[in-house]
Amino acid sequence: MNSRVLEVRDLSVEYATDNGAVRAVQEASFSLCGGEWFGLVGESGCGKTTLLLALLRMIQPPGRIVSGSILLEGTDLLCLSVEQMRRMRLASISLIPQGAMNSLNPVMRVGAQIALAMREHGEHLSGRELNRKVSELFSLVGLPAGAEQCYPHELSGGMKQRVCIAAAISLRPRLVLADEPTSALDVVVQRRVMQTLKALQQSFGMTVLLVGHDIGLMAQTTDRIGVMYAGRIVEIGATREVLSSPLHPYTRLLRASVPSLHQRWEPEGIPGSPPSLREPPEGCLFRWRCPKRTETCDTRTPVLRQVSEGRSVACWQRSRGI
Amino acid sequence: MSALLQACGVSKQYEAGAGLWGGRRVCALTGFSIEFDDERPSFVGLVGESGSGKTTACRLLLGFIHPTEGSVRYRERDLRSLDGETRMRFRREVQAVFQDPFETFNPFYRVNHCLAAAVRGFRLASSRREEAGLIEEALVATGLDPAEVLGRYPHELSGGQRQRVMVARALLVGPKLVIADEPVSMIDASLRASILAVCRSLYSRRGICFLYITHDLTTAGQVCESILVLYRGRTVEVGPADEVIGRPAHPYTQELIASIPDPEPGSGWLEGLREAPEEDDEETRCGCPYLTRCAQAERQCGRQVPPLFRTAGRSVAACWLCERFGKARDEEVRAAARACGKGGA
Repeated sequence: MNSRVLEVRDLSVEYATDNGAVRAVQEASFSLCGGEWFGLVGESGCGKTTLLLALLRMIQPPGRIVSGSILLEGTDLLCLSVEQMRRMRLASISLIPQGAMNSLNPVMRVGAQIALAMREHGEHLSGRELNRKVSELFSLVGLPAGAEQCYPHELSGGMKQRVCIAAAISLRPRLVLADEPTSALDVVVQRRVMQTLKALQQSFGMTVLLVGHDIGLMAQTTDRIGVMYAGRIVEIGATREVLSSPLHPYTRLLRASVPSLHQRWEPEGIPGSPPSLREPPEGCLFRWRCPKRTETCDTRTPVLRQVSEGRSVACWQRSRGI
Repeated sequence: MSALLQACGVSKQYEAGAGLWGGRRVCALTGFSIEFDDERPSFVGLVGESGSGKTTACRLLLGFIHPTEGSVRYRERDLRSLDGETRMRFRREVQAVFQDPFETFNPFYRVNHCLAAAVRGFRLASSRREEAGLIEEALVATGLDPAEVLGRYPHELSGGQRQRVMVARALLVGPKLVIADEPVSMIDASLRASILAVCRSLYSRRGICFLYITHDLTTAGQVCESILVLYRGRTVEVGPADEVIGRPAHPYTQELIASIPDPEPGSGWLEGLREAPEEDDEETRCGCPYLTRCAQAERQCGRQVPPLFRTAGRSVAACWLCERFGKARDEEVRAAARACGKGGA
């Protein structure tokens, strides 16, 4: 069994608004092993991105982490000082942001941006050494020679995304967080970028936490997945098992709403829409859309419970063994 | 019999970076042909990656811009020279649904306003009561509860609801053709299916033609009767949906299909990395536009742009590998795009 790289316990994040607190993430608990590729799926607004930002401690006011712990290789990130946390970023935990096009500085050459980031986060090398290292990184992620001298606008979307990957792996962190890294790319480019990321992950043994809503992408890239709904993780398990025999009704409907290229299916969506997370009531938050709602679901909130080896679900139906 | 809307070999060039010394010309769309016939309704998917000319095609068909070459004809008349009455009829029969359900509404008005404006603009109702009846009927047809939607402001509705209201608005005026440019790409996957199902039922029950413009080949394969694949402004493959997806003839369509991650785990999607550029520079060469990315390219491919050829099946493809089947005539291309389903000949 591999060592645990990340262990998140009961993490809750809320945003204060004039009309009460919005619970974006509620009591999220999961752990990641060394070298694994973990996916987090859910509809927009379910708290995926907030959870990622919380792991980096980059939640901005009016948002705040209310409770919980985030252990990265045994260190609780929530107990670190601001400066200690800043040093952890990029060196131990890094982010490949959504929409690379908006995360690069438009008036700085891309190579220089990465060199600057590396230096800021603890790489002590001479200028020449650092440049050599950046060139190495660029060829690792499949960028042509000389790309480090380009400005972001001179690169295509796929190339910019590769620059962001190069930055994220520059200090060989143990954990890389990827927030829909390919959602803005065309499918052909998406496949190439994911193939590169997978190859890098395998050669460096990084752990990758991939967030997204594309079930197909998750099915093809991840080892395990967690399904989020309305701020809570409702199911966790091996990707293959979760997708082939979902336990939570939401996972089942989510899976059924995804068309497959080779089967003509009758289009079927999930009825209703996600609830407001502003001071959510007791009980299961999926109950209004759930085909298997019972009385218990209205009054008590189901928590994530292990049902078999490596498989957990937050649903009253399952805990009663139905 | 005259076609409702027809584009024959339409091209559009844009002036790029027009400065003091003139700019480059960019061919957004080259030799594009399509046809819609209200007597034989069709559900066509227009598929391509970003920059392939999808939106240019959409704007040409709606008459927002005019082609540099060729013409778009509404009931045999060029869109450039429609008289007032025919233009009104064109605007009524050919409706559009756009990508962003957040930007198509005026945030200051309740949603009733945009629906009522459509009814009044075309003088479809003689009384308020009749108007309300028409609006309710259109909303119900798109799966909305009028009581839940009417009287609300756009921001009070979800993205899925807003997009349904847009479909209802198009439906309200009794269209013969709905051109939908990425109608579900900003909507969650779980809601996409239900909106496409509405379009599908309007096609099969009411015989409304649809042009579904998208980058998502999977949903196009699910709902469309036929698919037209664009690559850098050129039509590379056209044919019945099951054929284009099941037996793609063009190497680009093949690559496109292989790139879609299947929701069924373990199909080796991450394997088989082939060294090839993801994107290449603007057309500085002659030859096939797909040449540098093509694994099956032959010497001939670099010399001349391939025209659309017939294939082993019912589709047509712009690839020299299909040359032996013979060149497809323009009618054959349009027939492949029509792939008449329901009510077909």
